[in-house]
Amino acid sequence: MAITGRSLTKRFGSFTALDDVSIEVAAGSLTALLGPSGSGKSTLLRVIAGLERPETGTVELDGIDVSGHAAQKRGVGFVFQHYAAFKHMTVRENVSFGLKVRRRPRDEIRRRVDELLELVQLAGWADHYPAQLSGGQRQRMALARALAVEPKVLLLDEPFGALDARVRKELRGWLRRLHDEMHVTTIFVTHDQEEAMEIADQIVLMNHGRVEQVGGPRELYEEPANEFVMSFVGPVNRFGESFVRPHDLELKIEPNGETTAGKVERIIHLGFEVRVELRLEDGRDCWAQVTREEAEQLELAPGGKIFVRPRREKIFQS
Amino acid sequence: MPKALARDADPRGRAGFARAAVSTWVLRLVGLSYLALILAAPVGLVFWRTFEHGVGPAWDAVTTPAAKHAFLVTIIIAAIAVPANTIFGVICALAIVRRRFPGKGIVNALVDLPLALSPVVVGLAFLLLYGRNGWFGSWLTEHGVQIVFALPGMILVTIFVSLPFVVREVVPVLREIGTEQEQAAATLGASGFQTFRRVTLPAIRWAVSYGVVLTTARALGEFGAVSVVSGHIVGKTETATLHVEERFQSFDYTGAYAASVVLALLAIATLLGMTLFKPKEAIR
Amino acid sequence: MSARVESLPRAPAVGRTGAGVGMGLATAYLSLIVLLPLAALVWHAGKAGRSSFWDAVSDPQAVSALKLTLAVSVVVCLVNAVMGTVVAWILVRDRFPGQGLVNAIIDLPFALPTIVAGLTLLALYGPNGPVGVNVAFSRTAVLLALLFVTLPFVIRTVQPVLLELDREMEEAAVSLGAGPLLTFRHIVFPNLFPAILSGVALAFARAIGEFGAVVLISGNLPFKTEVASVFIFGRIESGDAPGAAAVSVVILLISFAVLLGIGALRRWATRHDRA
Repeated sequence: MAITGRSLTKRFGSFTALDDVSIEVAAGSLTALLGPSGSGKSTLLRVIAGLERPETGTVELDGIDVSGHAAQKRGVGFVFQHYAAFKHMTVRENVSFGLKVRRRPRDEIRRRVDELLELVQLAGWADHYPAQLSGGQRQRMALARALAVEPKVLLLDEPFGALDARVRKELRGWLRRLHDEMHVTTIFVTHDQEEAMEIADQIVLMNHGRVEQVGGPRELYEEPANEFVMSFVGPVNRFGESFVRPHDLELKIEPNGETTAGKVERIIHLGFEVRVELRLEDGRDCWAQVTREEAEQLELAPGGKIFVRPRREKIFQS
Repeated sequence: MPKALARDADPRGRAGFARAAVSTWVLRLVGLSYLALILAAPVGLVFWRTFEHGVGPAWDAVTTPAAKHAFLVTIIIAAIAVPANTIFGVICALAIVRRRFPGKGIVNALVDLPLALSPVVVGLAFLLLYGRNGWFGSWLTEHGVQIVFALPGMILVTIFVSLPFVVREVVPVLREIGTEQEQAAATLGASGFQTFRRVTLPAIRWAVSYGVVLTTARALGEFGAVSVVSGHIVGKTETATLHVEERFQSFDYTGAYAASVVLALLAIATLLGMTLFKPKEAIR
Repeated sequence: MSARVESLPRAPAVGRTGAGVGMGLATAYLSLIVLLPLAALVWHAGKAGRSSFWDAVSDPQAVSALKLTLAVSVVVCLVNAVMGTVVAWILVRDRFPGQGLVNAIIDLPFALPTIVAGLTLLALYGPNGPVGVNVAFSRTAVLLALLFVTLPFVIRTVQPVLLELDREMEEAAVSLGAGPLLTFRHIVFPNLFPAILSGVALAFARAIGEFGAVVLISGNLPFKTEVASVFIFGRIESGDAPGAAAVSVVILLISFAVLLGIGALRRWATRHDRA
């Protein structure tokens, strides 16, 4: 199901969370709402879900204006950062909740819940309580619960934010695979750009209640629309008006007319890559990212002299 | 727990859209009417009735020798019971939380017991202990000590019924603050008593204050137990609460209402104290 | 220095010997004030022998008082369970002018002497009441008095739980298609139930023992409006201390049994927390 948001504005008291935001999400896609805290991404998600009512603007699901519909009528599945597990119900009862509300017959519910628990790999935990599950398991249960009612769109609000790094990475990939299997239009909110870049088809980058750029991961990285996008999506060196990615800074032992001279301040070995912090002759500080081989070839040493040349740089019109 | 956000400030209308206005008003109406009928209207009426004929008669009623003595007795009893229970309460709370000893569960249960007993039963128990035919009855008569039907008995029962409050307020706070600060003080060279005075006591002072307020309210308002052990001797062993009953039974309604108003004013002062020292927010 | 470090695991809240003395004092205080009177009560109840005990307890007036007390207390608990939740709800989930004041006066029954409470109810709902309603000397009067004194209990146990309730659970239910009523029934209420039970237990213990609030407005008519505590008082005044003690012990046992039952129910309702 395609989702369209038009000119959405939402205020909380004097704080503007969404400022005339419009968004298009293609049916069956996996979209990330990315941005720092307070950028409005969670608010946008909740407005689409119907959990918040915007001051202005409309939300359309498959062309139908649902702005007047309450959350329970929109057919959206919602997954919360802190799971929102019904702690007084077992895993099975949690997952069957939506179906029970819809008065589905008992064996249909049982069958569907068993299916879903298989899908999310919680089959043996059906009669346990959420308190007995780990964070990752609880989130998988929450996902199964949301999917049980066959929502037309799946919304996830920082779904992996409360989990530790390793579980987060695992579930990230798992979500992508799930999406590829089920093809439900999915939107998820995250502040982690690596997460968005890794699994999303389309990224909507937001800041201060506005959309900064919409595009695929590659597009945002290589063709950023402005300084904010460029520095949010990856590391950046700023030289006055121009911005250079650390891996686009070429290091040379000999000058060649296009290079600037500089001194190596510090070398940090991070496994495969090497981070070289430099001070250029005009006083500017920057850092370059090179591979281990390149670092060895250049025979870099702290205090040594080096010449740099940006392979690519971006300048933004203000 | 999800962190507080701007949207958390609005207690209504988060699940779906704002709840239908009708049910909000129905709940409000039902809840507030109940409170008005059971609580507010009766209390308000007594204030009204007392001053119906002006402040003069009310004042006269409340300043008779019997009335004044009754209030004095009440204050004396409270002045002894409250500090005793406060000191005991803090010590007991410390023992329960910080020490291991056999029978801790029983101590816990005993401390809570006064809340579960009918005041009349409490009075009876003390009669059976210190009365003429009680366990200590003969010993007391021999030594000419009068406990029941005299002030000491009334003080003892008041201590009993107001016992739990300081303990129950301090125990959870002591649990919550943990021992780290006290340990830090020890490593810095503080003695046990210094640690108690400078670290523990300040940390629990609001809990103690709240407990003291509750204890005082209970001590001032006690009726059933003192009714049994006092003997109702007007001008001698009457508390303010007994005085109210005595005036009522004597058909002196002005006197009864006037004394009630004084007690109600004390209660309202207590309420203010409670609201001030209350440990947790109960509304947003 | 090292000696002090070694003693760290046992937090020195008060100095070692100080603590010992303090503990001893506290124990003595507790025994003197609480334990001994209770022991005396139980002893005297059984002193005159089993048949005496049974006679005192099966006395028709006693039985009537006990039945009335229990019946009214149960009704009071049910009313409190419902109304207490309603009031807690409007204090936590609603916003209206004067909310703070309302919240403060809830505690009035804790602060007001019971005899004054009874008097105020008599003033409004008694023979000279302004609205022409007169329930004095009736069972309704007993009910009213007990409702007054037990008012805060359920409200105060439910309020903090309602405040801490994870709103996202309700939002999840709504996103799954549940309306406000279903959400309350399946999500909110099950999580409030243990707190309601705690409040009911406190209310019950208070209601069956209440004396001061009831004694003026009920008229204390034997077999009609005489509650257990008034009956016991009567027995004391008649000099029948053992009889009074016997009935007291029965009330204690009933109270104990009910509280155990409520406690067990509460533990069942929170089994998901301890899983």
